[in-house]
Amino acid sequence: MQDTIEGRVWCVGDELDTDQLIAGKYLTIIDPAELRKHVLENVDPTFSQQAKPGDILVAGENMGCGSSREHAPAALKAIPLGAVVANSFARIFFRNSINLGMPTIEAPGVREIFRPGDTCRILFKEGRVVNVTTGKEVRFPPLPAHLMDLLEQGGLVEKVRQELQRAEART
Amino acid sequence: MSAMAAPRASSREARSPSGGGQTLSQKILERASGLEHVVPGQIVDGRVDLAMCHEQGAQAVLPFHQMEAKRVWDVDRVVVAIDHWVPASTEGAAKLHQILRHFAAEQGLKHFYDVGNHGICHQILAEHGWVVPGDLAVGTDSHTNMLGAMGAFAVGIGPTEYAAVLALGKIWLKVPTTIQVKAKGHLARGVYAKDLVLRICGEIKVDGARYKAVEYTGPTISNLSMSERFTICNMTTEMGAKAGMVPPDEKTFDYLKPIAKHAMHPLTPDKDASYERTVEIDVDGMEPQVACPYSPDNVRPIGELVKEHVKVGQVFLGSCTNARMDDLREAARIFKGEKVAPGVRFIVSPASTSIYKQCLKEGLIELFTDGGAVFTNSSCSACFGGNMGILAPDEACASSSNRNFPGRMGAKEARIYLMSPAAVALTAIRGEISDPREVL
Ligand code: SF4
Repeated sequence: MQDTIEGRVWCVGDELDTDQLIAGKYLTIIDPAELRKHVLENVDPTFSQQAKPGDILVAGENMGCGSSREHAPAALKAIPLGAVVANSFARIFFRNSINLGMPTIEAPGVREIFRPGDTCRILFKEGRVVNVTTGKEVRFPPLPAHLMDLLEQGGLVEKVRQELQRAEART
Repeated sequence: MSAMAAPRASSREARSPSGGGQTLSQKILERASGLEHVVPGQIVDGRVDLAMCHEQGAQAVLPFHQMEAKRVWDVDRVVVAIDHWVPASTEGAAKLHQILRHFAAEQGLKHFYDVGNHGICHQILAEHGWVVPGDLAVGTDSHTNMLGAMGAFAVGIGPTEYAAVLALGKIWLKVPTTIQVKAKGHLARGVYAKDLVLRICGEIKVDGARYKAVEYTGPTISNLSMSERFTICNMTTEMGAKAGMVPPDEKTFDYLKPIAKHAMHPLTPDKDASYERTVEIDVDGMEPQVACPYSPDNVRPIGELVKEHVKVGQVFLGSCTNARMDDLREAARIFKGEKVAPGVRFIVSPASTSIYKQCLKEGLIELFTDGGAVFTNSSCSACFGGNMGILAPDEACASSSNRNFPGRMGAKEARIYLMSPAAVALTAIRGEISDPREVL
């Protein structure tokens, strides 16, 4: 994983729950490319068509609250977004995103310094989110080593694969 | 079932650095991780006692194979319970079920609650004693928290993480801080555990317990039945919590003794446990509560809504929150001999097949259908807006379920009001939100 990423910003508000991220009627879809077509369709119908690889979604409080559906981050990752940044995250959404290997940053106050279309730069090790367009920035506590490892390995699938291989090599 | 270990108030004299004793979460995560002493904020690897999935488990199959995992770590600790689309109502759902059936056959998963023996996943775990005191349980559904009513740490996870649990039998967890909820007083006639938990949601708010655990204690909680405790712990999810739990007591043991699938390791919090905060609720004089659109924490006393004559087009008595025998009987008490209001649809969906059968025996299916309700087979039904009972944009629905976010039951504009089964039943009869105390 790169230490610094930069991307164009999309903004959503507070309490964006998983029903709004991906509606219940799409839950039988497994293919992330299919899911991506319906992501946020009730909130911003242009998003799924116009979001580009590397774009960054900036959210308010309690981003991704609601259900455990991995469809929500999976659909965002299918774009693939460069990162999701929020003032705060709901627990399962945060875990699911990191497990899928999508950089997920909790930075209180971040929503307030961005407008749609701004350019966002994230410096992971330094713990800074910078609005390149306006020069404003907020700081965040860098992810714990455990989670940085997970992201660096590309997500949970790869991490477990390596762990199983090591276990097998020992036997 | 093996012998039950004696309840112990404190496993050892370990104390957290703050000088206080330990919460139930700390004790359960110590047991699961094999560590002597864990503190909030610490990341631990916990051994999983029970892993459950519903249809979302189908999404775990691909990552399980990508991990190059060969066998599920322990087939006797894995439960599959399909519930969202039962029987399959779309081709997509049929495929999910098929993926799960193939995977179960390949891996020798014996505990598969398939069509005909089905129920809402959390209810299946509760009814069959799959989660017991002291357990660390995970499930691919956010309301897995419901099983915390067994005195367990029960937490919802996504399918990739579920695949990792199937492969390794363990999960990393950050030890949470805990909010203690202390409830005292008597619930009046027509006021239920659901009203209490709605009130607590209104107090803690949808993000007030994020990354935290909630422990429910106090005389009101002790007096609740297991079914009512399930209702309370179920809606801990609506506070954003990681887990919600009731320390185990005689009621827990009596409920589980005949059905427990593995040994209990009852743990209780220390008297001087360190809580992040304590929320005290006095239910004496509390009136029925309603969560209004579009959030479970937008809670108002029912009297205010009765005055506003809030009309509904659909009424739903179902979901893992409130579709057990006590819920259906209480609603039936009100609905008996009555009719659904003109222009209103009343959907009743029991939480499991065994509850369905019990309703049949007690004449409840006849009672509801005679009055013009539709009594469906057991499933999540109208709760999640993806299968049946879907709402049109300008409709309102009174529901005994747990969520009312925009689009939860269909159209994003549809308004959902969450309330107790008794309030739901009277609302079905009158066609507008009604206070069950008027007829009880
Ligand atoms: S009944 Fe509703 S809340 Fe419960 S598991 Fe089913 S969809 Fe989720």
